[in-house]
Amino acid sequence: MANQMEDKKVLSGSPRITKVSFLGRVSAVIRQHFQQAFSSFSELWKTPFATLMTIFVLGLALSLPSAFHVLYKNAERVTGQWDGASEISLFLKKDISEPRVQVLINKLALYNDIDSVTYISRHQALEEFKEMSSFSKALNYLDENPLPAVLVVVPTKEAMNSAGSKLLVAKLEREQGIDLVRVDVDWIEKLQAILSLLVDIVIAIAVLLLISVLLIVSNTIRLNILSQRDEIEVLKLVGATNSFIQRPYLYVGAWYGLLGGVIAWLLTFAMVTWLQSGVMSLMGLYQLQFEISLMSFNEVMTLFGVATGLGFVASYVSVKQYLVKIEPK
Amino acid sequence: MILFEEVSKIYAGNHGALKQVDFHLKQGEMAFLTGHSGSGKSTLLKLISLMERPTTGRIVLNGNDISNIKGNDIPYLRRHIGMIFQDHRLLMNRSVLENVGLPLLIEGYSRYEIKRRSLAALEKVGLMGKEDCAPIHLSGGEQQRVGIARAIINQPPLLLADEPTGNLDPKLSLEILSLFESLNEFGMSVLIATHDLGLIAKMRYRTLTLKDGEMINDGLMRERNG
Ligand SMILES: Nc1ncnc2c1ncn2[C@@H]1O[C@H](COP(=O)(O)OP(=O)(O)O)[C@@H](O)[C@H]1O
Ligand SMILES: [Mg+2]
Repeated sequence: MANQMEDKKVLSGSPRITKVSFLGRVSAVIRQHFQQAFSSFSELWKTPFATLMTIFVLGLALSLPSAFHVLYKNAERVTGQWDGASEISLFLKKDISEPRVQVLINKLALYNDIDSVTYISRHQALEEFKEMSSFSKALNYLDENPLPAVLVVVPTKEAMNSAGSKLLVAKLEREQGIDLVRVDVDWIEKLQAILSLLVDIVIAIAVLLLISVLLIVSNTIRLNILSQRDEIEVLKLVGATNSFIQRPYLYVGAWYGLLGGVIAWLLTFAMVTWLQSGVMSLMGLYQLQFEISLMSFNEVMTLFGVATGLGFVASYVSVKQYLVKIEPK
Repeated sequence: MILFEEVSKIYAGNHGALKQVDFHLKQGEMAFLTGHSGSGKSTLLKLISLMERPTTGRIVLNGNDISNIKGNDIPYLRRHIGMIFQDHRLLMNRSVLENVGLPLLIEGYSRYEIKRRSLAALEKVGLMGKEDCAPIHLSGGEQQRVGIARAIINQPPLLLADEPTGNLDPKLSLEILSLFESLNEFGMSVLIATHDLGLIAKMRYRTLTLKDGEMINDGLMRERNG
C-alpha cells in the first residue's frame, strides 16, 4: 500500500504540480459545476430555434397535466361545498287522502332541518309528466293516473351535508303515508362521477405526456452526445472522468426541463385565467360566489421541480446508454 | 517508466496483434517504435494509454501494474501521459488556446491559471500569437504542435506519440522531432511510433522494431550509408 503511494508520487513526480489540498479540490469541483451549468445554458442558445421548439413542446406537454390539476382542484372545492342532499323527494302512498297529506306537510314544516316543502299532487305530477314525455297521448288511454303524489323537501343548509341528510332521511322514512324516500343528489353525484372518470383519463394522458417529455429530452440529449462523439473521445484521452464529461449533458437536460416547466406555468396561467372569466359569468348567473384559485407558490415550485427532475432523469438515461460507452479509438 | 512482460494482444476475430512482447523504457529515456504498417505499433501505445487491455502479460507503468486497473482509475492515469496522434485529435469548434488548456480544464484549474499555462505551453512549441485561431486555419505542422502543447501542458512524465510526423514533410518532421528532443531533455520519457525509417536513422536513439506483433530488434538503428 505504502509502496503504491510511493509509486504514484513518482508517476506524478518530475517537473509537475504539487499536491492540491482538499479544500482546493472541493473548490475546483464547485467551480467546475458552476462553469458547466452556465456554459451548458449558453450552449442551448447556439441553436435557438431547435431549443425553443424543444422547450415549447415540453411546456405544452407539461401544461396539460398542470392546468388540469388546477381545474380539478377548483372542481373539488365546488363539490366539497355541496356534498350532501340538495333535495329529498317523498313519494306518497297512492291511497293517502288530501287532508292527511296536509297534516303531513304541516308536520314536516315543523322539522328544524327542513327548509321548505313543496307539494306536487297526483294530478300535477301527471300534467308535468305529460309535458315532459312523448307518452302524453298514450297516457290518455290509461283509466287511472299511475303517478303518486310527491313532496319535495329542501333541507336547511346545515342539514345538507351527508351526515345531516342521512339523519333526516332516516326520520322521514319513519313517517306514515310515505312510500319511498329518494335523496336527490343527482347533479353533485353526476359531477363527481364525471370528475372521477376525468381524473382517470387525465392521469392516463398525463402519464403519457410525462413519458413523452422523457423521450423528447433523452432523444435530444442522445443526438447531442452522438454528434459530439469526437469531442467526448478527446476529453477521455486527455483524462476526463465520465462524471466530468456527462455533467454538461445532465445540466442541459435539467435546463430543458426547467425551461419547459416555466412555459407550462405560463400556459397554465393563461388557460386558467381565460377559463376564469367564463366561470365567473356562469356563477354570476346563479348568484354564487366562487373564485377560481390559481397555482399556489408550492404548486409552481413542484411543477418546476418535477419538470427539472424529468429533464435530468431523461438525460441521465441517455448519458448512461450512450456517453459512458464511447471509448477513444 | 514502462515495463512490458510477455504482453500479448489478440483482437476479437483476429490473429495476435502483439506476441509476447518484452521491453523496458527507463525514466527520462527517449525511444522510437518502428515496424511496417500493421506490425502492432499503435496497439502497443494503446496498451500503455489503456485504450486497449492486454490479452495476457503484465504492463507496469512507473511501478504500478496497470494490466488490471479499474475503469474508474483510467482517467487519472491518463493525466500522467501526454498523447500525440497523427491526426492531432484537436477540437475544431474550439480555439487553439482552449484545445491546449483542456487537460487543465478537466482538473478544475481556474480560468486564469489555464490561460497562463496554455500560453506558456504554446510558447514552448513556437506558436505564440496563434492562441485565438481556430485549429482549422493552421497548417498541418502547426496543428501537430498544438497537439504537442496540449500533451505537455500538464508536464506529464511520459509522452507517447503515434506517427506524429505522418502527415508532415521531412523538414517539418525534423522540427517536430527536435521538439521531442528538447522535451526529453527536460526529463520527460518519450516513446515515438513511426514507420518513417529515414527519420529514425537521422537521429541516434534506441529503436524498438516490431514485425507482425513480435519485437524483433531493440537497439540503435544504423544509418544505411554509414
Ligand atoms: N480494433 C481492432 N480490432 C481488430 N483488429 C485490430 C484492431 N486494431 C488493430 N487491429 C489489427 O492489429 C494489427 C496491428 O495493428 P496496429 O497496432 O494498428 O499496427 P500499426 O500501428 O503498426 O500499423 C493489425 O493487423 C490490425 O489490423
Ligand atoms: Mg498505427
